[in-house]
Amino acid sequence: MSGGIFADTHHSMHDPYQPGNSVIHRLDARVKLLLTIALIVTGALAAPGAWIVYVLLLTVTLSAAILSELGVGYVLRRSLLVLPFMLAALPVLFAQPGAALLSWAQLSLTVAGLERFLGVVFKSWISLQAAIVLVATTPMPDLLLALRALRLPGLLVSMTGLMWRYLFLMVEEVQRLLRARLARSSVAADGRRGGGTLIWRAQVAGGMVGGLLVRSFERSDRVYAAMLARGYDGEIRLLPRPPAAVWNVVVLVAGLLFFAFVTVLGVLYA
Amino acid sequence: MLFSAVAMHIPDGFLSIVVLVVCWVISLTVIGVALRRLNRLDSDRNDSLMGVLAAAIFAGQMLNFSVTGGTSGHLLGAALATILVGPYAAVLVMTIVVSTQALLFQDGGLLALGANLFNMAVVGVFVAYAVNRLVRRLLGETRLAIFISGFAAAWSSIFVASLACALELAFSGTSPANIAVPAMGGIHALIGLGEGLITLGALAFIYAARRDLLKLGQAQPNGSRAVLIGGTLLAVGLTVFSPWASSHPDGLEWVAEEHGFLGAARDSLYSIIPDYVMPGIQNEALATIVAGVVGVLVVLGLTLGLAYVRRNIRRHAS
Repeated sequence: MSGGIFADTHHSMHDPYQPGNSVIHRLDARVKLLLTIALIVTGALAAPGAWIVYVLLLTVTLSAAILSELGVGYVLRRSLLVLPFMLAALPVLFAQPGAALLSWAQLSLTVAGLERFLGVVFKSWISLQAAIVLVATTPMPDLLLALRALRLPGLLVSMTGLMWRYLFLMVEEVQRLLRARLARSSVAADGRRGGGTLIWRAQVAGGMVGGLLVRSFERSDRVYAAMLARGYDGEIRLLPRPPAAVWNVVVLVAGLLFFAFVTVLGVLYA
Repeated sequence: MLFSAVAMHIPDGFLSIVVLVVCWVISLTVIGVALRRLNRLDSDRNDSLMGVLAAAIFAGQMLNFSVTGGTSGHLLGAALATILVGPYAAVLVMTIVVSTQALLFQDGGLLALGANLFNMAVVGVFVAYAVNRLVRRLLGETRLAIFISGFAAAWSSIFVASLACALELAFSGTSPANIAVPAMGGIHALIGLGEGLITLGALAFIYAARRDLLKLGQAQPNGSRAVLIGGTLLAVGLTVFSPWASSHPDGLEWVAEEHGFLGAARDSLYSIIPDYVMPGIQNEALATIVAGVVGVLVVLGLTLGLAYVRRNIRRHAS
């Protein structure tokens, strides 16, 4: 248990938003969302060997990290998340035809294979950085409003908002459940463990999930009664948003033009 | 690390444009149908249920049990959601969970979200529903039948979804089918056992504490024939096609090259190294390395320049 109870859970269940007042924080959420998607699409359109595209996109994400005052370190540290999935792309190193750079048993590492592998690595790494800057500078309610403005169905948006409202409550509930289980589980100094078989342990985890689900059903009944009592009629009413300032539109247009330019550049320099 | 539910969240950069577009179209269509179904059928539905249930499943994915040697079993929850609220609501619940994981926690990419939704919210839910229904039709409506069908639904939802994930990687030319399919399928056949056991435990608890909730899921009118047929087709199709694809990796590679028209067009447009050697360097590999170093220097220069300018501006401002 060296890393604590949650050492092996993937999500660090904290709101990723980092409060601040930088240029990127003040940029309209819709603009940020669109530019993030444009950047990831530009990366996706780039060929494995289009290094110029990767270089320019990396410049954009690192600049955004600096401008947002999150710092390059913060973004790079969080972007290491992508590493485990790299395993899935490893076979491609050896699966491409071409002259071998290195041969080992029956496997041969080719330039084409290396290029394609690095392409995948760079694309996912850069896309991740863009997403990290987006969520670290935009509070969830603003993101939801931006998604709504981009025509995501209202039901889906309000459900997601409700999920976000109760997520951290549930996470705390789960943490209490895990702590209670830990408190009742004995582990001797020499590594002997109490408790039953694997199947028994799985059943216990299942019972905890069942308990969580039953509570969530009961909670949602109370929540819905409260929503009805406050005049909910299928629509969530929000404070009207101020119109986007002109500089937001300028940033959006300039950004989109830049990404289009990078895409063309990638094709031309091939 | 591989023994967790996250092994199935594909990041950006791993899938080709064609695979992405196909997955997005299918996922959005299914989500659209689910939204319309729910709006039409349940005029007095509890609007907060799906959101709260999504939060519970999201948080419930943190509940684990140790398997052996530091690995642990986790929950994905598609089967549980399907059994509790019916397939259409479950599609939406899983959509919310998977999208939030991608958007807020970078668990899976934003563009790859279409594929991740397809695997976990469409394949996972449809297969769980079909298996659950079919097993229950065979065994009747006894207590044992509820548990067995729940376990089977949970295991197959994980296993078939992982096959879909492996095939997407193979069609994108990221991971050859003869490696991706056995690796993903094999690992998730084990992970699926964990999912099945947790689902079983959860159903046993709910059966004892709130049996009416299980009845609620059964009585859901939204479980239509279309989901049953779709889920069966997905399950059978993917399990039959995967071994075939895995034994014909070249065939799939050919499909990826020929029919992935963008990929093919791109490859010819971008055969970058042969004519784009750094001036004066004959060796291809060396040229690539030099190009990489130059790239890194450009990035460093531009970002350091930006940082410098910013510091100057701030000094002038203060």
